[in-house]
Amino acid sequence: MSQTMNVLIAGVGGQGTLLTSRIIAQVAVDLGYDVKVTEVHGMAQRGGSVVSEVRYGEKVYSPTIPKGQADVLLAFEKLEAARWLDHLKPDGIVIINDERVDPLPVMSGKMKYPEDIIDRIVQLKPKTTVVNATKTAIECGNVKAANVVLVGILSKVIGLPPEKVEEAIRKLVPPKALEVNLAAFRRGVEWSVNQ
Amino acid sequence: MKRLMIGNEAISRGAYEAGASVAAAYPGTPSTEIVSNFARYKDVYAEWAPNEKVALEVGIGASLGGARTLVAMKHVGVNVAADPLYTVAYTGVNGGLVIVSADDPGMHSSQNEQDNRGYGIFAKLPVIEPSDSQEAKDFTALAFDISEEFDTPVMLRVTTRLSHSQTLVEEGEAGERVLKEYKKNAPKYVMLPGYARGRHVEVEKRMVKLAEYAETTPLNRIEWGDRSLGIITSGVAYQYVREALPNVSVLKLGLVNPLPKNLIASFAQQVERLVVVEELEPVIERQLKAWGIAVEGKELFTLLGEYSPEMIAQRLAGAEPAPSHGLEIPPRPPLLCPGCPHRGVFYTLRRMRVTVTGDIGCYTLGALSPLEAMDSCVCMGASIGMALGMEKARGQEFASRLVAVIGDSTFVHSGITPLIDIVYNQGTSTIIILDNDTTAMTGHQDHPATGVTIKKQPTKKLDLENLVRAIGIEHVRVVDPLKLDEFEAVVREELDRREPSVIIAKRTCALIDRTPITTTLYVDDEVCNGCRACIRIGCTGIYYKDNEKKAAINPTTCVSCGMCVQVCKFDAIKVVEG
Repeated sequence: MSQTMNVLIAGVGGQGTLLTSRIIAQVAVDLGYDVKVTEVHGMAQRGGSVVSEVRYGEKVYSPTIPKGQADVLLAFEKLEAARWLDHLKPDGIVIINDERVDPLPVMSGKMKYPEDIIDRIVQLKPKTTVVNATKTAIECGNVKAANVVLVGILSKVIGLPPEKVEEAIRKLVPPKALEVNLAAFRRGVEWSVNQ
Repeated sequence: MKRLMIGNEAISRGAYEAGASVAAAYPGTPSTEIVSNFARYKDVYAEWAPNEKVALEVGIGASLGGARTLVAMKHVGVNVAADPLYTVAYTGVNGGLVIVSADDPGMHSSQNEQDNRGYGIFAKLPVIEPSDSQEAKDFTALAFDISEEFDTPVMLRVTTRLSHSQTLVEEGEAGERVLKEYKKNAPKYVMLPGYARGRHVEVEKRMVKLAEYAETTPLNRIEWGDRSLGIITSGVAYQYVREALPNVSVLKLGLVNPLPKNLIASFAQQVERLVVVEELEPVIERQLKAWGIAVEGKELFTLLGEYSPEMIAQRLAGAEPAPSHGLEIPPRPPLLCPGCPHRGVFYTLRRMRVTVTGDIGCYTLGALSPLEAMDSCVCMGASIGMALGMEKARGQEFASRLVAVIGDSTFVHSGITPLIDIVYNQGTSTIIILDNDTTAMTGHQDHPATGVTIKKQPTKKLDLENLVRAIGIEHVRVVDPLKLDEFEAVVREELDRREPSVIIAKRTCALIDRTPITTTLYVDDEVCNGCRACIRIGCTGIYYKDNEKKAAINPTTCVSCGMCVQVCKFDAIKVVEG
């Protein structure tokens, strides 16, 4: 791989985007790549819009992904997919978890949640796949494993070897949650994605 | 083997490998993880100090006592520590002393974006800037050597993007913790005028030596490329330059104060066009211009916020900005968490329409929609002094509709002295201490009033109630802010009093509260009339179903704190066991 791989993981504070970026980054380290990850801490984490940027390749300079150069956008929530869409390159891949979390202006009735947001994203980015990771996670035994379902889908899209990802999951997930998370990961890998 | 580390962890590792044995800090984003990581090493002393000034004073004492010492704070924390900072520049050190200033360009979690390289120039301290985690570790270790060699504290200046980005680090061996001999030396360490004059001479000599060192230090390096454009840069901006302009010549500065005059002049001569790329203030650019070196900088680049590779490519390589899809999306501002005790406080204050001087913490979110119950927020501890100032300007009548709100950790940091001022100068304000048993916003650090140290050891617990009584506050009330009626009644009583009072709004932060949740809430659709009163508390645990015009509980986020139950005038929100 001569080019840097740029993965943008967007979500809402508290949704568990951090573990996902950590697993992907660990696999890239194990494969011998140069890796950089950047994230938002502090006040923005309190239910706000959060993003993790993971970059790996032969040599990575900037920790942030230049706008318009993300290869893959993985969104834990529909609105957050739309928010970060400009950061994706023209033929970039979008994976959206079919989850809706109303932001304050919607909760308070000042603004409408754009019901057609998925259609608009698909129009702009044909390589979009919508998944229901939450449902799959529940089937695997724990709703909290939704982020690892998404790791499965993402890792297949960016071509990370599944055995390496499982190795990283074993390193980063507590033993008692391991079986559920491995099952969630394997279900994720089975998803077929538009690319 | 290399592993990923955030910049802050790398700094603590660098200090450990350099043999540092003492570290002190007050938590503050983006600096917090530096000393919290250092505290994990078994053979070191680490502490959360009550504030940055104390942290630095502990650091100066430890250095004088012969230990290599690390002190870390966020950029505005350096303002609090500025008094000892300027004078420790005069005394110099015994054991190496490295002071980390973590600046926050872009104000991800801060009230301003001051550029603390300015402190280095003003206080005459060497300032070192790493550009990734490996450098953060290596430069920290080197900073200890520089500190001892030149008998000076060293400022390590980092930014949020470095502190919180993970990049690969090759770990080294743990260094030996050497304690240097302590010798009394009053002319060096007692800064009364007669001695300080002598020390100022030493400071100026030291700056000359450091300027010579700057010419040859490995901290500064030239990466030659195409000589039609030469960039001088430092910190994370270096990474952006390399990403955007892979072929240009770069002078990368790791030591940004003092600057290497000859190295810069020589670099300038060998490139056709010279540009400084530095976030925030034109610190390097100004010095070059003072030396008469032709350079471009802030005419191309903003004084505001963080830079990016795309910004540099656009300014210097004619790149076009990435197209915008123009999707209009509702913003998602941060919110108080479900179950947050602060929500009860600001809901009540909003209802009462009082003036609120605010302070720094999660609770500053009380200023935002939908609670919008804060009038001011300036710096740590400002709420209390400002309340007194408002009262003195506008009179007691105004003060009877005025409260100051301040968190427990912030109160210990710098709320005690202004409370003394209120008692001493006969203010009548009502102060609400939001006591949630933690320093929440920075990630739940302990502090003197939690009774637990940074190493999670039990210690003597600062009793806030007794403390404020000892100051001379006679009316002290402790109340749970999520018992809305009781809380409001207490606030009304204390506002009516023509004497100062302190209300301790006591309830553990919802994110660390271990009390089991034994109830579930639901909205009875038969009763709910869609008035949205519960929605206006701004909790993600409850939302509005547009189609049905009813409120509904979000079972995945609701923690059954019961605040919405109290707010509903129609008893539409039901509590069930289990």
